[in-house]
Amino acid sequence: MASTAQAERRPKLAGRETRHGALRVAMLPPAERMSLRAPAASVAALASALKIRLPNAPRQSAKSGQRTSLWLGPDEWLILDEGGGDPLADCRSVTAVHSAAGISHRNVAIEVSGPGAAACLNSGCPRDLSLAAFPVGACSRTLLGKVEIIIYRTAEDNFRVECWRSFSDYVFEFLSVAAKDVAG
Amino acid sequence: MLLIRCPYCEEDRPELEFRNAGEAHIARSANIAGESDEAFETFFFIRSNPKGLHYERWRHVHGCARFFNAVRDTVSDKFLMTYKAGEAKPDAETLKTLGASAAWTNLSTEHLGGRRPARGKGDTE
Amino acid sequence: MSGPFRISGAGRLDPERKAKFTFDQKPFTGIEGDTLASALLANGVHLMGRSFKYHRPRGVLSAGAEEPNALVTVARDDARKTPNVRATVQEVYEGLDATSQNRWPSLAFDVGQVNDMASPMFSAGFYYKTFMWPKAAWKHLYEPNIRAAAGLGVAPDKPDPDHYSSRFSHCEVLVIGGGAAGIAAALAAAQTGVRVVLCDEQPTFGGSLRFEMGAEISGEDAYFWAQETVEKLRAMDNVTLLNRTTAFGYYAQNFVGLVERVTDHMAAPGDLPRERLWQVRARRVVLATGAIERHMVFGDNDRPGVMLASAARTYLNYYGVAVGRNVGVFTSNDSAYAAAIDLKKVGVNIAALVDLRDNPSGPLVEQARALGIEVNHGRAVVSTAGRLRISSMTIQAKSGGGERMIPVDALLMSGGWTPSVHLFSQSRGKLSFDAATHRFLPGATAQACVSVGACAGSDDLGTAVAEALKAGEKAARDAGGKGEVSARIRVSASEGWSGGMLGTGPAGEGSTRKAFVDFQNDVTAKDIRLAVREGMHSIEHVKRFTTNGMATDQGKTSNMHGLAIAAEALGKPIPEVGLTTFRPPYTPVTFGAIVNHARHALFDPTRRTPIHPWAEAQGAVFEDVGQWKRAWYYPKAGEDMHAAVNRECVTVRKSAGLFDASTLGKIEVVGPDAAKFMELLYTNPWEKLEPGRCRYGIMLREDGFIYDDGVVGRLAPDRFHVTTTTGGAARVMNHMEDYLQTEFPQLNVWLTSISEQWAVIAVQGPKSRDIIAPLVEGIDMSDAALPHMSVREGKICGVPTRLFRMSFTGDRGFEVNVPSDYGQAVWEALWAEGQKHGACAYGTESMHVLRAEKGYIIVGQDTDGTVTPDDAGLDWAVGKKKADFVGIRGMKRPDLVDKGRRQLVGLRTKDPKVVLEEGAQIVADPKQPIPMKMIGHVTSSYWSENCGRSIALALVAGGRDRIGQTLYVPMPSGTIEVEVTGMVFFDETGGRLNG
Repeated sequence: MASTAQAERRPKLAGRETRHGALRVAMLPPAERMSLRAPAASVAALASALKIRLPNAPRQSAKSGQRTSLWLGPDEWLILDEGGGDPLADCRSVTAVHSAAGISHRNVAIEVSGPGAAACLNSGCPRDLSLAAFPVGACSRTLLGKVEIIIYRTAEDNFRVECWRSFSDYVFEFLSVAAKDVAG
Repeated sequence: MLLIRCPYCEEDRPELEFRNAGEAHIARSANIAGESDEAFETFFFIRSNPKGLHYERWRHVHGCARFFNAVRDTVSDKFLMTYKAGEAKPDAETLKTLGASAAWTNLSTEHLGGRRPARGKGDTE
Repeated sequence: MSGPFRISGAGRLDPERKAKFTFDQKPFTGIEGDTLASALLANGVHLMGRSFKYHRPRGVLSAGAEEPNALVTVARDDARKTPNVRATVQEVYEGLDATSQNRWPSLAFDVGQVNDMASPMFSAGFYYKTFMWPKAAWKHLYEPNIRAAAGLGVAPDKPDPDHYSSRFSHCEVLVIGGGAAGIAAALAAAQTGVRVVLCDEQPTFGGSLRFEMGAEISGEDAYFWAQETVEKLRAMDNVTLLNRTTAFGYYAQNFVGLVERVTDHMAAPGDLPRERLWQVRARRVVLATGAIERHMVFGDNDRPGVMLASAARTYLNYYGVAVGRNVGVFTSNDSAYAAAIDLKKVGVNIAALVDLRDNPSGPLVEQARALGIEVNHGRAVVSTAGRLRISSMTIQAKSGGGERMIPVDALLMSGGWTPSVHLFSQSRGKLSFDAATHRFLPGATAQACVSVGACAGSDDLGTAVAEALKAGEKAARDAGGKGEVSARIRVSASEGWSGGMLGTGPAGEGSTRKAFVDFQNDVTAKDIRLAVREGMHSIEHVKRFTTNGMATDQGKTSNMHGLAIAAEALGKPIPEVGLTTFRPPYTPVTFGAIVNHARHALFDPTRRTPIHPWAEAQGAVFEDVGQWKRAWYYPKAGEDMHAAVNRECVTVRKSAGLFDASTLGKIEVVGPDAAKFMELLYTNPWEKLEPGRCRYGIMLREDGFIYDDGVVGRLAPDRFHVTTTTGGAARVMNHMEDYLQTEFPQLNVWLTSISEQWAVIAVQGPKSRDIIAPLVEGIDMSDAALPHMSVREGKICGVPTRLFRMSFTGDRGFEVNVPSDYGQAVWEALWAEGQKHGACAYGTESMHVLRAEKGYIIVGQDTDGTVTPDDAGLDWAVGKKKADFVGIRGMKRPDLVDKGRRQLVGLRTKDPKVVLEEGAQIVADPKQPIPMKMIGHVTSSYWSENCGRSIALALVAGGRDRIGQTLYVPMPSGTIEVEVTGMVFFDETGGRLNG
């Protein structure tokens, strides 16, 4: 029946990037994303199926190959797969009680990297992003200006910022303006 | 902007991440359909609105997204404590024991190393 | 030389770095680092402004942020005109263009000055008493004219082209004030290793060390120590130094607002933000905000040339400017002696020093006498003379007797020092009146802060620095600082004084001359006494009646005097009268800094759907729906909205239309108890809904009123795809989470917002299946396999889809959900198919018309939060056998089941061409007297091209019983007759759903 070629994927703001000195704000390529919800009793089975640890403490993340798990709430994880894996498929066989919902297209990711990356986020994010309070590997849902974001610190000067697709114009613009101020 | 301790995230977080959700510990009847008009009125409309300690619900909507409970003094706007949804309502005795530990801002002049001048009549705020 | 009053060798600026500027179009030369005030004084200009009410000529009073008089407008261009800039704060830069305010036609000759001669009329309360009648005149006559005559600068009428930036900052210790105490506290705190922020409102750190020549640390000029120490701090990674930065507000839990002025001092700001807002959260705050000198209250104490002694000292010792050649001094404490001595030393004649005290003594007094300065003790200045500049002062013994006139070209005064407790008070700390020194000092704290130095009443440098070191270290230790503090600061010489006076001097009471308390608001001692006489016994009332302390300077120099005079008039001790409340901001803050990034694209997020670019390219007109931009209609060439909507509506029913429904809220409800949860949150029954089928659901609040609605598809026994209204998406999710987490936490079910995971393309109309089918894989599209209200997962254009067979038009319809990134490509493929069938794209307006033709409601338009399912004719959607759902009890409340409630019905105008206005009120009898009894209102109203007439929905009392009746809609242009009908206007049998 299908007579046409597969529909083209058109990621939001694909390839957009602004640089101010060594401080860079750039869209990241699409990734597989899954919102995973589960009670404590199901965590072991899910972790085993997903082949990644599911941290049980606030702000913690785990990484395994191209897959990352971010603790967002006491029964909530964001599973990212940047290597083409399909976490939804991995969960399908798990009989332990859980909810796995695909949100690959709901979110987009923006990378803020370079000296002053934390200050750049702090232009609109009220959180303490010092290494003591928010070390490498820390993650959290929070706010940037008027928009909810998820921040995940991948290095001292590198953050992955996730937001909903339609908020990305705002978030990208906000971070670009902030980067300019921080870079001076 | 207040700092509010999220009992799930286990740290003080900026007020911007939270949303108030009204008075806490108002139980919805398991047989709500069978409640009298008076009982439903009390449940749905009547709120304590106290001057002083207020038990209230908050949601860490831009954080872990959990609803939790708090005891806040409506006069000083200070949070005495926060606790997870479903945990027992702390009684007055428990709250008394919290003292200075409840909020790191609520410390005495002496503790902070300040000097307290001789107090005059009619000290103002 | 940059001005005849610049003293060679004096001051801390580099005289080689010149900057040319203009004041009232006249060119001047200053030095980089000068303020506008110091540069003008260097050129002998004292007259800088006119007072607010009496238009009296005014010069600078101060050399800092407390300045009440010298307010000017600084303009970079037409849009960058900043009014009410303090000349004592504005730094000079090459090309600075400053203009005086509140005068016409010129500063030296101001017509408004008649107010001064008519001043007996303008006593406190004058406006309140005089312009009472007639009432209407206040708004249109009195107020505009008063505002025009009495005023400050003029705000620019163009948008602000500058940008502003912001930073949330966290530190263990925030030190406010970069004088000796602040620097010492910051150093001690920083050495422990914690994060320290040190801010100061001046361009250079040092505070009063900038002018106190008698201060020495480790044997050298304390100002150099300050600069060296600041450089040491600057080199530390854990220290943030912010100069030109004012801490303007102290909020809860050590949250302090700072404004950093980034470019106001620059000739070429380039692309830098004008200001940067710092929102600092500090574990501990050290307040080292210093003290502000008070003026003396005596007759005509406001002439240009009359200023604070500390100001004159600052102009000399920091800016290298003598404020006159023949200077008088009037004081009630020692600090003015230091000014006289410094000026005398550079060759300025001190005409006379007048000390109110009977027997002043001490080293400064001795030194003054030794320098040959005439010291008159036990005497007071009772008046001054001079038109645009002081020319003489008249002195008299306190006990009265003969007056003596002494020519002067400047008069320095000191009434003592007021500790700057503004921020401490803002923090809700309590102030204590220190009876010995007659001043309010920080008392009990409300937050984790500590005051050190002059703001805490420490009068000498040694004490201030010692306590600051201790407090800085303690603050850092309390906040976790571990490092060793090695800082030792040896104060080898220090200036220090206490005392002074509050209120007026002798001969104050009876004098007819104006003795100003508040310069900026033109409040005199007499006004305050009058206020007390007229019955204002609370200081808050005195303040509002006289406006003392209510100007832009917030009474930094005037509050204590005002209080003392009021206390004296009331016959009460000062602490019993009490101080007015200090509120943020400490100094005025620009709207730009507050608004910050939130302008233009960043004012509010603008949300666009994945299909938006296509609609934009097609020339769609968009409407705002919350933060979303939605395609409203797609006009073809020459079409207006009406024509476009008519065409779209007809095309959909004739062939088909494509509609971008991506903004719909979507929630995935997953878990073994998903159906149970749905049963509780919606009125409908869900347990028996087969996977693959859909149902229209209604959600109530606990009060029984409709909260939201939408079509819900059951994808699997444990998985529902719920849709919500566009506007309801976020609050419905919150509502569902609330019940799930707090009322039904035992249920094993979870909610995930998938609103933006899926782009939604509604394809509606008789040809809809023909358009979709060729692109679909793995879904049997036959009516038997995919009946109305069903859902299937499969593929379209090779990408995953959740395909809903559902209709919001009453015609055969589908909603194609595809992952958002594929939305536009799939839309384009469907569009190409649609072209083969003559389909169109339609927008939200046509969507509204089409659904109204079928009587489908829109929550929030046809309901308003007081409409029950029965009111809306949706009783069929309430599960009658259910034991519980949110709203089950609320909807049984007596009022909600009463007869005569407003029910949703259709209206047909008797004249089919007349389209009712939405919101119009409905009456049963148009002839009744006004006010008429209104029995309902129109909720939706459109021209329906498909029906060939207007259609409307309305909430009407007892509406369903009135079907067939004629009602009336009274409008300004005449009464419209309508017939009450059912809600369905088109295809009443519903056959077209499968047509």
